[in-house]
This record gives sequence, C-alpha cells and structure tokens, in this order.
Amino acid sequence: MKTTQILIAGFGGQGILFSGKFLAYKGLTEELQVSWLPSYGPEMRGGTANCNVILSDTPVGSPIITEPDVLIAMNLPSLQKYVNTVVPGGQIYVDSSLIDAKVERDDVEVFYIPATQMAKDEGISTLANMIIIGHLLENHSELSFNGAAEVVDKLVPPKKAALKDLNMKALTLGKEYNK
Amino acid sequence: MAERILMKGNEAIAEAAIRAGCRHYFGYPITPQTEIAAYMAKKMPKIGGVFLQAESEIASINMVYGAAAAGMRVMTSSSSPGVSLKAEGLSYIAGSDVPALVVNVQRGGPGLGGIQPSQSDYFQATKGGGHGDYRMIVLAPASVQEMASLTIKGFDLADKYCVTSMILADGTIGQMMEPITFEDTEPKVYDKPWALTGTEGKRKHNVVNSLYLKPDELEKKNFERYEKYAEIEKNEAMWEEYMMDDAEYCVVAFGIASRVAKNAVVAAREEGIKVGLIRPITLWPFPTAAFEAAQDKVKAFISVELNMGQMIEDIRLATGCKKPVSLCNRTGGMIPGPDEVLEAIRNAKKGAL
Repeated sequence: MKTTQILIAGFGGQGILFSGKFLAYKGLTEELQVSWLPSYGPEMRGGTANCNVILSDTPVGSPIITEPDVLIAMNLPSLQKYVNTVVPGGQIYVDSSLIDAKVERDDVEVFYIPATQMAKDEGISTLANMIIIGHLLENHSELSFNGAAEVVDKLVPPKKAALKDLNMKALTLGKEYNK
Repeated sequence: MAERILMKGNEAIAEAAIRAGCRHYFGYPITPQTEIAAYMAKKMPKIGGVFLQAESEIASINMVYGAAAAGMRVMTSSSSPGVSLKAEGLSYIAGSDVPALVVNVQRGGPGLGGIQPSQSDYFQATKGGGHGDYRMIVLAPASVQEMASLTIKGFDLADKYCVTSMILADGTIGQMMEPITFEDTEPKVYDKPWALTGTEGKRKHNVVNSLYLKPDELEKKNFERYEKYAEIEKNEAMWEEYMMDDAEYCVVAFGIASRVAKNAVVAAREEGIKVGLIRPITLWPFPTAAFEAAQDKVKAFISVELNMGQMIEDIRLATGCKKPVSLCNRTGGMIPGPDEVLEAIRNAKKGAL
C-alpha cells in the first residue's frame, strides 16, 4: 500500500483517539507498518484533540503528520486549522452536522457526512466518529471495509461487548451513506 | 515469530522492565510518562512485585537506591522537572556503585516548562545532573520497539557495570503507539556479592555508602570508577548509520528528532544531495568512532535537536571541530518538520552554515 497519512481532529470526547486506534489496529491485522500519535495534555480535557495515524508497507519515518493524505474534521476549528495542510489529491471528511462551512479547495476530494445527526437519529450518539470511519474505509482507494468486524472485536473490551454491535452499526451506516 | 502487538512507548518500557526481571518500581506521576506507573500499578501486584507511588520524586529515587543496594532490579520513571528532583539520589547511587534504571520521558523546560516533547535534558543526562564526578549510561530510543529493547539492555548494562542506566526518551515516543514484538527470553542474572542481603551470620557484612571523608580514599575510588567508565566507553557505544556510505553531508539526530531527520534525508536524496544520518543510540558513551569515520568523508554535519543545541557540543568534540557543524532545532515542545530539516541540509550544501 502507498503510505497513507490520516489526521483526525475534533473536540475531546468525540472519540478522536479511538477512531485513530481503530485504523491503527486495522493496519496491524493487515500486516502493515503503523504509527498512532495522540495529542496529549490540556486539549484532551475538553478542548481540541487530534490523532496522527500512518499506515504503510515500509517502515514509518516521522510519526508526526504535517501534510495529511486524509483529514477527518469533526469541528470547525479543526477544519480551519488543517484544511490547507492536506496534500493536493487528498481527501477531507467533514462532519457536516457540526460544521456549516464548505471546503474552498478544488484540488481535494471532500465528503460531507452529517455523522453527528445520523448517530443521534440511530440512538448511537457517541459513535459519529465511527460513521465517518466507515465512510472513509469505503471511499479511500488504499483502505477497505473488509476485516472491520475483526478489528472491532479486538478493540472493544469484553466488559463492553454490547458496544461491538453498535460500532459495527455505525461503521455500516457510514459505508452505506450516500449510496 | 512472536506476535506483533500495538503498544504505547511508555507501556513498552514497563512491560520490558517486567520481562527483564524488574520487580520493584517506585515513582511519582508526571505527564507525559504516567502510563509507565499505571502499567506497573496494574501488573506488579499480580506477579509478586512492588509498585509504590512515593510521596515525592526525591523519596522514590531513594527507594530505588535502597532496593538497588539490596541487589534488586529496580527502576523509577519521571519527566524533566521530576528528574531534576531525583538528581541528588542519582549522585548517591553513582557514588555507591549500585545498579539502577531511570527513565526520563522528556518535556519542555527549564522550570516547570510545558508538557510537550523535548530533548532539552541532554546535558543533564550526559554530563551529570547530580554533583560529583560520575557518569550514567544514557540510552535514546527512537521507536516503541526500542523503548522495550533498550530498557532490557539498560538493566543488563546497569548490572554489568554497577551504574545507572538512563532511558532518555521524549513525550512523542512515550505517547505514540507502534507495533512491537517481545522475544521470549529469560532475564540475565548477574552476581551481586556486594549486595545487602543479610549475612545470616555466615559472611562479613557488606557496606553500601558514598561517604569517603579521607580525600586520598575518595580520589582512589573516583579513579577506579573512571576505569570502569573507560571500559564502558570502549565497549558499549551504539549507533545507527543510514545512507552514510557515499554521504557528503551528515545529519546527526537521536530519538524522535532522528525520525523526522530520516524523512528529510530521503527527501534530500531525491533532490540529488548525498546526505546520510548518524543516530546515536547511546548518548553516553557518545559514539565517537562513528564520527571519527565520518569526519574525513563528509563536508559538514547538521545536528537536529529539540533543544537550543546541546548534542552539537559532543559532535564538535568527537570530530575535533574538523568540519563545520550547523544546528537545526526547535525547543519548548515544538518539533521541526522534515521541510525545516531539508532546508538545513540544502543550506549546508550551499555552504551557508
């Protein structure tokens, strides 16, 4: 696979780090080289949070992403901060129920998903993050939805087994969105 | 082959320490290394080990001193301001010639500084920190895998030479997750005839102490200790070279900075600049041999550091200032991007240093 650098950004509490972890574990099960780097510190405690995930066939150099191939923006400040760092030809996933603004670039592919609203409507309001991840897996040429259930299985602790089905529900909603 | 698992760098240190036979951990929480203590708190009680959160950093390093004197594999971990508090204990441990492992997951300083990644404790780690004539072995991991392997190595070197091994990491490598494998190997065991294990009436009692009031005795002790340090310098320097075979320029970086630097080296090669990388893995002993070999073939060195330029002094010493050394740095918790390092490489080529 071509080295793919994914930057996920939003508010603390939106599951930014968890969705990054999902992608990292997915890379691990696919025998890829992987790095996962979270923001840590005061921003985690209610402010903005972000997470850098790199998936590659070859060893990962710097784990710090300065020019992402994919940006997932789950709030407006994150979109504004990172929109111009995405490489030309890259992808931007926008939670359009929280972000009114449109991306004013024509050299990137933009996906608007009302993920927070969709999650609320389905009674899984904490899983907007996984709806966007489902959409990403379906729409990125280097990624695939195959094996998602296996990763959810690995990632959700046995004590919270009920969350496995809900995570899969969210991922599937994202996969099917706009089809 | 062992299974690949995803782990944070901090957790990898803790798991590796347990696998190395460490059953005594004393610490005090501080960002960005608290996962080490959290991991130990969870695991140690289950395997008959000791996890103790002390009342302060000073207490925890002295608990390390005590357990080390008793011959135990023991460790503590902290981040920059916490390591400053441990400095007195580090000097006593060195003055008593007992082995210990100390982890510093660095954050920005001086003072309380910030909590973002930094390499600004290079001087403190490699030149002393505490008072007196002493050295610590300083190991600088650049990946989660090395957080584990150098922790095991650190315990072995500490026991072999009766010194402190310090793992000098930073907030990025502590917090990031990467795949890691653990080999199933038994921890090495070293004889410790000097340890305070109780005489049971069968032998003369041992003494562990750092007090020598007669200057000739203290001088002799320090001379002996420096003979040991010379052995370490001769035997234990470690480094990695990357694309150095035909290099005309040499980037030098350790830890997380080396990961960024590697990206820049690849980018510069694509522009046709013949540049390589020397990554010191031991910061003390500094891998002088690598620089003696490089200084005749390269035109300039570029030191990439997350501080105001600390390792650069050791590069100049190791090369006898034969070639110019420029500095590419960020500090205070900032990390240079590969583009900044690439610019420094281009400047070196232009001769603008």
